Amino acid sequence: MRLADLLTASFLALLGGLVVFDAVRLGIGWGTDGPQSGFFPFWLGALMIVACAAVLFQAARRSDGTSFVTRQQLGPVLKVLWPAIALVALTHWLGLYVAAALYTGFYMRWIGRHAWLTVLGVAILFPLVTFLVFEKWFLVPMPKGPLEAWLGY
Amino acid sequence: MGIENLLLGFHVAITPYNLFVAVVGITLGTVIGVLPGLGGANGVAILLPLTFTMPPTSAIILLTSLYWGALFGGAITSVLFNIPGEPWSVATTFDGYPLARQGQGGQALTAAFTSSFVGALFSIVLITFFAPLLAEVALKFGPPEFFAIQLLTFSSFVGLGGGNPLKSLVTILLGFILAAVGLDIVTGQLRMTFGFVDLMKGFDFIIAVIGLFGIGEILLSVEEGLSFRSIPTGMNLRVVLDTWKVLPRYLRTFVRGAFIGFWMGFKPGGATPASFMSYAFAKRFSKNPERFGKGELEGVVAPETAAHAAGVAAILPMITLGIPGSPTAAVMLGGLIIWGLQPGPLLFQEKPEFVWGLIASMYTGNIIGVLMVLAFVPLFAAILRIPFAILTPVIVVICAVGSYAVHSSMIDVWYMLIFGVVGYVFKKLDYPLAPLVLALVLGDLAENALRQSLIMSQGSLAIFVTRPIAGVITAVAIFFFALPVLTPWWRRIQGTAAPSGSPRAT
Repeated sequence: MRLADLLTASFLALLGGLVVFDAVRLGIGWGTDGPQSGFFPFWLGALMIVACAAVLFQAARRSDGTSFVTRQQLGPVLKVLWPAIALVALTHWLGLYVAAALYTGFYMRWIGRHAWLTVLGVAILFPLVTFLVFEKWFLVPMPKGPLEAWLGY
Repeated sequence: MGIENLLLGFHVAITPYNLFVAVVGITLGTVIGVLPGLGGANGVAILLPLTFTMPPTSAIILLTSLYWGALFGGAITSVLFNIPGEPWSVATTFDGYPLARQGQGGQALTAAFTSSFVGALFSIVLITFFAPLLAEVALKFGPPEFFAIQLLTFSSFVGLGGGNPLKSLVTILLGFILAAVGLDIVTGQLRMTFGFVDLMKGFDFIIAVIGLFGIGEILLSVEEGLSFRSIPTGMNLRVVLDTWKVLPRYLRTFVRGAFIGFWMGFKPGGATPASFMSYAFAKRFSKNPERFGKGELEGVVAPETAAHAAGVAAILPMITLGIPGSPTAAVMLGGLIIWGLQPGPLLFQEKPEFVWGLIASMYTGNIIGVLMVLAFVPLFAAILRIPFAILTPVIVVICAVGSYAVHSSMIDVWYMLIFGVVGYVFKKLDYPLAPLVLALVLGDLAENALRQSLIMSQGSLAIFVTRPIAGVITAVAIFFFALPVLTPWWRRIQGTAAPSGSPRAT
């Protein structure tokens, strides 16, 4: 926990530094008609560095043996995370509905070990309902791929 | 003022279409409140794009009804599954779950819903009377006053939020920084884009809400090895009526909880501390405090009354000042802007049918809500019997759809995933998420208020102290900011020295 705390605070402090750097480029003082673009971000970034330094100091003084995430915890988390990343990546190629069908089906079969019939049923019905609600009813378009093009949408 | 406005509101709220919208909102909201990973804030965020084509009043009724539903839904999972759907439902699990285990789930749920309703009603009545007055006062506010109120908003997260004050401060700053990314509309310069075209349009808080609260919450809940041990609801008309006969005994708890809830709730981040405070008070004043935590009905009444009163009270600053009191209210505020309404005190004069329609719908929505959840609890609870391997992908896809719909942009969906991981890490490290979202929403408003104030004063910060109203608010804000530093000193002076060697007392 301590290491994760230190890393996060350091990262955020670096981010603060980046903000300050950019703010100085924009000008942090008084322009012709008011504060310059960098004025507000500069103080945000500066305060961020100070606050993160204090968090770092706090975390460094504390000694606790608990780990941020155990191996048993990390497994299930990654098993949710990487298929989700795959879903978003696939959406670029296949459109949202097909990607959602593949993702839902894969996840149900892999994690839940559901029967193929259930897998197929949910994986087809759920994107179909989403399609009807968003595309047809509320007229909110989603990314579409080859299948939708072939069907004429 | 008063009655005729409210009647105008009811005229708007009780049209068949708007009642239908309320029922849909409450149903969806309760489902969302029951599902892990979906709560009030991101439920409202995901549905926001669907309201773009609706009339604004119906749209806000849909979103607020969703919010009431989510509040009710949180109680269901707390009592039956020992899973608090929202942070302010945590205190409800203390006695709700033991009651359910003893076969009194029906009583616990009836008490929870009834208390929620009473708490909400109390706050709505107060809003009905105070909102117009507050809006009247707020009309006289200039940029310095608004900036001072923003300071107050964020100082209360630091001073009263409960967690690590430094980390609250860090998330507030992070929110403001993310809000500043992109085009500066005042000077026309690009800020913090570092040459990346995708960063030009900045970060949308709706995406942040869906990622932080939606994806982040799912990651957390799978880590804990989620398993739903369902307990039969044991709900029927007889149980409801019998419980109602007992409840008047807890009149004092109701009143105390409602006051605590309202008082804490119209300040940001208030619902969670309010529910714990109300629980603690109820235990302290109870004749048999030893029964708390083992299944005492009063231990369900106290936090639920306060949490709902606070949840409703969070709407008050949103409609009168344009400053939301909770992440969910923040998303609704974003909705107002998208529907072409200018949030703030002028809303009461320019769009009375919208404001009063909203207030009236709070009455109708909560009445419909309490009746619906009482009648259909078993159905809602059955949602959690859907296997986790089906729920997870469905929730992730819904989050992705919601994120894409905001701007029809794939980069937003990637941001959502990143925010999800950030939410997971932050939650584990005790960085609060609500201030981040609020800062992200209010970032531009706060900066504009600061700029205009400084232009008024020719660059002197003294303007925030010399104007009477701004001065008082700034003073309170500074006091709240200083509170985490002052409290240990105060304890030392009092002689009741704080437990020494605790590095968290800063």
